Amino acid sequence: MATNYALTHATASAELSPRLTAAEEVEKFIRTKPVGAAGALIILGMLVLAVFAELLAPYDPYHGDYGLQFARPSAEHWFGTDEFGRDVMSRIMYGARIALFVGFTASFSGCTIGALLGVISAYWGGRVDLLLERLMDILLAFPQLILALAIASILGPAVQNVVIAIAIPVIPRVARVVRSAALSVKENVYVEAVQALGASRPRVILQHIIPNVMAPYIIMVTAQLGAAILAEAALSYLGLGAAEPTPSWGLMLSGSAPSYAEKAPWIALFPGIAISLGVFGFNLFGDSLRDSLDPKLRGR
Amino acid sequence: MRIYIAKRLLLIVPTLFGAAALVFLIMRVLPGDVALLIFGGDAGGHIDPKQLAAMRERLGLDQPIWVQFGTWLWGVLRFDFGTSLWTGRPVIEELLVRLPLSLELALLATTVSVIIAIPLGMLAAIRQDTWVDYAVRVVSIGGLAIPGFWVGILCILFLVIFFGWGPPLEFTPPWVNPWANLQMMIWPIVTVGYRQAAVTTRMTRSTLLEVLREDYIRTAWAKGLRERAVVIRHALKNSMLPVITLIGTELAFLMGGLVVTETVFTLNGVGRFLIDAVSHRDYPVVQALIFLTASSFVLVNLLVDLTYAWFDPRIRYR
Repeated sequence: MATNYALTHATASAELSPRLTAAEEVEKFIRTKPVGAAGALIILGMLVLAVFAELLAPYDPYHGDYGLQFARPSAEHWFGTDEFGRDVMSRIMYGARIALFVGFTASFSGCTIGALLGVISAYWGGRVDLLLERLMDILLAFPQLILALAIASILGPAVQNVVIAIAIPVIPRVARVVRSAALSVKENVYVEAVQALGASRPRVILQHIIPNVMAPYIIMVTAQLGAAILAEAALSYLGLGAAEPTPSWGLMLSGSAPSYAEKAPWIALFPGIAISLGVFGFNLFGDSLRDSLDPKLRGR
Repeated sequence: MRIYIAKRLLLIVPTLFGAAALVFLIMRVLPGDVALLIFGGDAGGHIDPKQLAAMRERLGLDQPIWVQFGTWLWGVLRFDFGTSLWTGRPVIEELLVRLPLSLELALLATTVSVIIAIPLGMLAAIRQDTWVDYAVRVVSIGGLAIPGFWVGILCILFLVIFFGWGPPLEFTPPWVNPWANLQMMIWPIVTVGYRQAAVTTRMTRSTLLEVLREDYIRTAWAKGLRERAVVIRHALKNSMLPVITLIGTELAFLMGGLVVTETVFTLNGVGRFLIDAVSHRDYPVVQALIFLTASSFVLVNLLVDLTYAWFDPRIRYR
């Protein structure tokens, strides 16, 4: 992963281009990054589903109707019903809530803690740096999903525990990237200048280092969003995420869903499409954002 | 090179020690009382205090935490990870029974995906912005978005609906009956390998695109070399280093993939062992497996780094 972002150049060239209004900014993004815009559209669709699930969902996602078990997709139930007679489409709509909630909170909290540790590590240096780096090494010794699994298994199945379990493995990965970005920012003359003027450590960090490592931070947050949604799905699938009857996409695929393959393949089909499409949207958007924030990749 | 290897080996010791401490901490300190958890104490039911005390003694929980950690560490050094609470057999024995399946799955998935991914990535790079490139990119970006377990479920759906197939339950080692083994393993390999193939394809494509713009490639063309010689001998060789590291970093996803895939296909491998142990609250097994996963991850990454250093002398002398 490219770690050395030439950030000072990025801000300098951004200031040279004329100021755009928000609408023009959006238009420019669609024109220059159509793929990223498609990703943004998918994310927007997910957000709408999540926020207006009550209004949009045709049925109660928790209400089972035993007369309607395994109903085929039809005009009444577009995506069919599951083994409890619950409407699959309504459950997918409510599931967008869980996916987005876990995705956003896990990647934001993990990335923010990681970025702060990275900045502290880079700026303080010396023993603090050494200690934090070794700690991050230890955390990095665990494959992401395995560590999340261990934490989730101890905390027990609940949505807020999944957030913690997914956020912790993110911390060392972000700390690494932000640390090396902060190290190169620290070498700039203006940092030396404010230090010579007697600025305090927190002031230098807050006013001068953090604004200049925002680009890698934002890149990591968007990159981790899709990964966090995938991790939530995997944990729920394994029975370590949200507990029944929460309409989590991963949970909808777990347990008995594959064993109804012949009878009701739609139960295992639509939630998977929802996960893939959501993660796909975040990946597309994240890639384009990285391209436009990382000067090394710009104009390619 | 020797000094570099020695340095890297020395650095591994504190990392592994830290990993052992962290696993111990997660398993022993976070949940409060493991013995209570085993009896479902969090559900608030009545528990016989005698049984609880017996379980504490069996797990060594009645001893001070430092003694517990020391015992666990001493056991780790002798490959003694205690006994499973569920089966009563030593964890290491249970592990060794399941290891061949997981190793085979991991190795085959990696090999197959690399064999498929490198030519695909190469093709996409030399035919950049043609339909071939677009097709390869769509398939590979899908590999990053589609959850592994769903790929597995789709395989099962497809097989059941069209062939009335059910997954065979008994593991046949490849040296007993290679054909039966392959029949059992092919779909899990697809499930585990799709993501890996996708990531490797993307990496091959992008590094090759970078290298193809280098001056020495222009020189090679100018000398009048054939396309094959330029692409394979000059460009591909020089773009393989990032791909090698990628195989190391992807190992993390591979291990997660094994857990999920073995669960989907109900294969009796190490990954499923871990999930079963979690659901049985078999903490000695969970603790051992998490630690062993971390150590093998660290060791394979060391091997990858050494390979990298061997290929690229600049790294050794840093």
